[in-house]
Amino acid sequence: MRRLVVVDVNKCVGCQLCMLACSRRFGIVGYSKSAIWVRSAGGFERGFTIVVCRACKDPPCARVCPTNALRVRDGGGVILDMSKCIGCGLCRDACDIGAVMWDYEVGKPVICVHCGFCVNYCPHNVLALEEVS
Amino acid sequence: MDWFKSLSNVLYIDLTRKTYWVESREELFSKWLGGIGVATQLYKEEVPRNADPLGPENVIIFAVGPLTGLYPLASKTIAVFKSPLNGYFAESHAGGRSALAIRFAGYGAIVIRGVSDRPIYVVIEDDKVRFRDGATLWGMRSTETVGRILREVTSGPGYRAIMRIGRAGERLVRYASVVTETYRHFGRLGLGAVMGSKKLKAIVVVGRKGFKVPDIPTYRAVYDEIYQLAVKSPAMKKYHDLGTAANILALNSIKALPTRNFSSGVFELAGEVSGEKLAETILARRVACAGCPTACVHIAALREPYPEEPYFYKVKFLSYDHEPLYALATNLGIGSREGFLKLLDVVEEEGLDVISTGVVLAWATEAYINGLISEKELLTKLGWGDYESYIKVVRNIVLQPNDFYKTLALGVEEVAKKYGGLDYALAFNKVEPAGYHTGPLYIISLIVGSRHSHLDSGAYSIDQELLASKKPLPTPQEAVERIVEEESWRQVLTSLVICLFARGIYKPEIVEKCLKPLGKSLSTEELKKLGRDIWVEKQLIKYSEGFNVLNVRIPKRVLETPTPHGVVDENYVREALKYFDLIINLSRKLKT
Ligand code: SF4
Ligand code: SF4
Ligand code: SF4
Repeated sequence: MRRLVVVDVNKCVGCQLCMLACSRRFGIVGYSKSAIWVRSAGGFERGFTIVVCRACKDPPCARVCPTNALRVRDGGGVILDMSKCIGCGLCRDACDIGAVMWDYEVGKPVICVHCGFCVNYCPHNVLALEEVS
Repeated sequence: MDWFKSLSNVLYIDLTRKTYWVESREELFSKWLGGIGVATQLYKEEVPRNADPLGPENVIIFAVGPLTGLYPLASKTIAVFKSPLNGYFAESHAGGRSALAIRFAGYGAIVIRGVSDRPIYVVIEDDKVRFRDGATLWGMRSTETVGRILREVTSGPGYRAIMRIGRAGERLVRYASVVTETYRHFGRLGLGAVMGSKKLKAIVVVGRKGFKVPDIPTYRAVYDEIYQLAVKSPAMKKYHDLGTAANILALNSIKALPTRNFSSGVFELAGEVSGEKLAETILARRVACAGCPTACVHIAALREPYPEEPYFYKVKFLSYDHEPLYALATNLGIGSREGFLKLLDVVEEEGLDVISTGVVLAWATEAYINGLISEKELLTKLGWGDYESYIKVVRNIVLQPNDFYKTLALGVEEVAKKYGGLDYALAFNKVEPAGYHTGPLYIISLIVGSRHSHLDSGAYSIDQELLASKKPLPTPQEAVERIVEEESWRQVLTSLVICLFARGIYKPEIVEKCLKPLGKSLSTEELKKLGRDIWVEKQLIKYSEGFNVLNVRIPKRVLETPTPHGVVDENYVREALKYFDLIINLSRKLKT
């Protein structure tokens, strides 16, 4: 199993190509389906903060889901079962690092599945896929 | 929602009545694509020919295009308004997060009308628009602080652009800029003053949406192709490595680097303020506009000790590229990197256009040395390289403590008309030029270009190509043809909207390909024709506002200081202008 890791946040230029790549998986251009979020760390001069699921082994988001829509993935992180999800937002509040994004168009969470698609579009090698046991 | 449908949404904001609404303008976007093509038409609808640029009839139009956010380097917003600097149709471009925020909020364009009765700022968050009191932000000394506060009090970090003006805009300095994301600017032609006249301190745009592309597999394939070009192509290398600051030494070596108010093309201290030297000594961070892998924005760290407080330092971060280096270093005889950055810092704080400000300072230095103005007007001594004094002058351009400074705030043309020194008042159609003294084509382009910007046609590089290939100058007519052809193609790029630094990638065949997944097929011929049509539209608007190339003053200085092509022959330029005038007359006839 693999997980997405931020190798060196200091090299990030804030281009957001990773965010765009993530939504592009679904043929969407924009941010609405992006599970990764890059924002300035208080102004561009201070660099950037990259927020994305870090594949917890015991994920708080899964623990609070009232409908068991979040299944713990082998190697950490969660898989969302859309048909079970009622859009209550508890998972979003439970994630300590704010890595449960929200799709406002459908009212459901967006969580990284560690597919690594974004890695191919980070021009500065900030992101990588890492093997986990 | 579908891509083109959402692009066709135009958000109208009326500052007088504090209301807003959305109109679908599919007819405009399908004919004119977006960006400058659409903004030009909106300007035609909105602005009466004799409107006062600082009055309620002027509007601010922001437009993005069909490729915005879709492909790498489609990252710019086009602003269109009537310029308070020269009184004509004007256009200014900036990136940062502005373009993607507007697009993903669900709009292709935003039209801002009217004037607010009191200072406000506007927050556009997806479908909603909020009018917020701006009294507390008004008068704040630094655009950076304004940005910091707005970051705290509005939502949507990462999906947000914060476009704001400084005191220069509030006080209607005719070359005030709009700053977005601290390091990007709608710099030229006074958009800052237009916002100031509307009592609009800032515009915050938050866009979080996403839109479906009709043909997904083709889209992904084309995206990959462009992405590879963007990260590998030698066409982007210059911007990626040293940034445009690489021009300093390159221009200096061919004697085309404007120095001390264009009195020379060689700066003896160029090595101190070159892109190479800056990268080696003070480059601290690289930043990109949203949607761009190149990251041409180079940020320097300026570390200053506090004189009265040992072991306390202030560290400021400032972005540099070729134009600020020309305007605030070489053209003012400043060879100190620190001095340059300190001066730049104040220009940024106040929200002034760096090019115009630099040219105004250069004129003032010469006028002072020649005795046209004295300490009585300037309130300081002034000399080449003296950045401390330049800082005082910049503050006074904003504060305008006397008649002289009130005139200085109108631009170099106005101040020289009143105080003398027109021969070395560097302006074409009242617009202060960018940092090249490459030869006759560049000079012609500054006169005929629709926004009098070096990026209208990039004719400075045509001059340099001719030089490198040792070809003779084209005839004046051929020169005009080349300039117009290039400028026409750039209308296509700025309608799509592509960053002009990526013009080497987005060739006509590539653009054709890029549009395909959107279900839009336009041939190279059709694209070029569209570019030409947009160019004609823009020129005719300006002519209807009273513009005429035959009346544009050519500052003597540029005809005296040798370029790499030697001293420019005025007759050559005049011939070119006559020919240009013919083209315009012909275009007008064809239209009616
Ligand atoms: S790894 Fe996949 S799901 Fe996670 S942020 Fe990257 S593209 Fe999105
Ligand atoms: S693609 Fe890479 S450099 Fe760009 S924002 Fe994402 S992590 Fe940062
Ligand atoms: S090349 Fe520079 S200006 Fe153009 S989009 Fe990229 S970062 Fe922005």
